[in-house]
Parts: sequence; C-alpha cells; structure tokens
Amino acid sequence: MKYVYQFSVILLISALGELLKYLIPLPIPASIYGLVLMLAALMTGVIKLKKVEAASDFLLEIMPIAFIPGGVALLTAWDSLKNMLVPALVITIVTTVFVICVTGTVTQLMIKGGKKNG
Amino acid sequence: MDSVFSGSLFFGGALTLLACGAGALIQRKLKWMNPMVFAIAAIIIFLKVFGISYETYDEGAKYISYLLTPVTVALAIPLYRQLNVLKHHAKEIFAGIIAGVISSMGSVFGLALLFELTHEEYITLLPKSITTAIGMGISEEFGGMVTITIAVIMITGILGNIFGELILKLFRIHEPIAKGVAMGTGAHAFGTMRALQMGEIEGAMSSLSVAVAGLITVIGAAFFANLI
Repeated sequence: MKYVYQFSVILLISALGELLKYLIPLPIPASIYGLVLMLAALMTGVIKLKKVEAASDFLLEIMPIAFIPGGVALLTAWDSLKNMLVPALVITIVTTVFVICVTGTVTQLMIKGGKKNG
Repeated sequence: MDSVFSGSLFFGGALTLLACGAGALIQRKLKWMNPMVFAIAAIIIFLKVFGISYETYDEGAKYISYLLTPVTVALAIPLYRQLNVLKHHAKEIFAGIIAGVISSMGSVFGLALLFELTHEEYITLLPKSITTAIGMGISEEFGGMVTITIAVIMITGILGNIFGELILKLFRIHEPIAKGVAMGTGAHAFGTMRALQMGEIEGAMSSLSVAVAGLITVIGAAFFANLI
C-alpha cells in the first residue's frame, strides 16, 4: 500500500498542476507547476519527504523511458524539417555546445570567485 | 503491416520497453551507448521498415508519455534534498542560468542573421534549448512552426545527453553545481537525466535549471521575437 499512497500524492500534485495551467494564461506546462507545488509542499512540511520518496525515486529511475515516444515523434516532423534541415541542424549543434559552455563557465567562475572573497 | 497493429493498446508500450531493454543490454558491451537514444532510433527504424504509422505506435506509447508530468513532479525530490546547496549559491546559480538563456537566444539570433532566416524560421528555433511544453507555447505564440520546434528541442536534448559530459570536460567545468546548471539550461530534461547519473547535486541543479530557464525564456522571448 505504500506505493499506492505515494503515487496518489504525486498524481494529485500533477492534477493540481493541470488546474493551475488551466487557470493561468501562460505557456507554462502543468509539469512545471507540479514541480514547484511539490517543492513548496515539502518545504512547508505539508508533505513529508518519506511519504513520497520511494515512488519518486522509482519515477526518476524510469524517467528516460517516458521520453522515448516523444523522441520517436521526430519521424513525423521529417517532412517539414527537411526544408530547413541545414540551418536547423547547424544552429542546434552550435548553440547547444555554446549554451552548455557559457552556463557552466559563468556558474563555475562565480562560485570560485565567491569562495575567494568569502 | 499497419492494419495488423492499429488499434492495439499494448503494441506501442511493449515495443518501447523492449527497445529500451535492448539498449540497456547493448550498453553493457558498448559503454558509450545511450539506451534511450538507442531505443528512439531503433523504434523509428522498426516502424519505417514495417510500414507502421506513428499514430499506431502512439496508440500504446501514449500511456508511457502519460508519465511525463508525474516524472517532472518527482524532480522536486532531489531538488528538496539539495535545498542547502541552492540556498548557499542562489546568486551564482541564477546568474549562470540567465547567462545561458541569453546566450541561447542570442546565438540563435546571430546564426539566424547569418543564414538569412525568415521570422517564422527564426521563431521556430528560438526556444530550442528549453523543455518541450514551454518551447511549443513560445513557438506558437510568436508564429513559429511548432512541429519543427519540437524536433529541434528533441535533437538539442539528445545532443546534450550524449555530448554534454564531453563539452563540460573540454571547457574544464568540474564544479558539480556548475555542471548541473549547464546540463539543465543547455539540454532540458534530457540533460537532467545525464546530470542525475553524474551525482545528486548535478541532478538537482539541473532540474531546477530546466524550470527556471524555461520561465526566463518565456520573458526573454518577448524581446528576442521582435528582432527578426
């Protein structure tokens, strides 16, 4: 029954996320509202970590599987993608490397700088 | 073959799990192999070879996609366990994410000028680094082609998942918080999956970055969208 209870909490929060998405006219998905709600519930003590931890760890373990159908949907985008294939691929590859590099470097430099000063 | 499987509730789900299991077995022999990326490629090839439509596959696979929201909600748990890290380094983390979001949209803008893209093509690529659901919304709102936006977001995620670690090593980014923030800001949930394997701090910071980078991009896109 432990898992039944834990999954019911996670699904309830997911449903509340959907409700927020319905009420707030922004392009923010239910899942992001749900993440924020769960974090707030844990921080305020409304939900105890132990009451959701086992089911959450299971979900995180199978996370990659949940993204496979969305990845397979790439095959339906092929017809429209091929018209701008070269710029789309070049821009995607270059910016992905660039963003990971800039984000990591800025964060690391600031953390190191903070340690020196503090 | 499509007619044999259309209407099957379990074909898509079974194929997804089998492909993923096969990917995990192959990973034992070939360390660099990513089971998820293997599964996506193997299923696409399987469907093409046997002439099965995506709709038929999704008839069963949609029950796996159903897990996407609960899985994202579960990302709050490692984040909560690492809340102290976030509290101590909030300034550095947010500065890193903002730098990442600006460099993402800035570099798409620069390259769009170089390739002389139309407004529609530019908007399509603008939200490429962030999580699919937010990216779709931005593309739709500012007049992009949503199916292509989803495709480039997927390709970004797959690239970040496979090469993210190499990119971090190449630019000498060793600090766990910095690695997590970079993976989440640069390659959304796909980057986060790899970050979770690096360590819990990396995974937690990456989950946080997916949400924050997505939200900042919503705001930033209103400015960047008018540039081309």
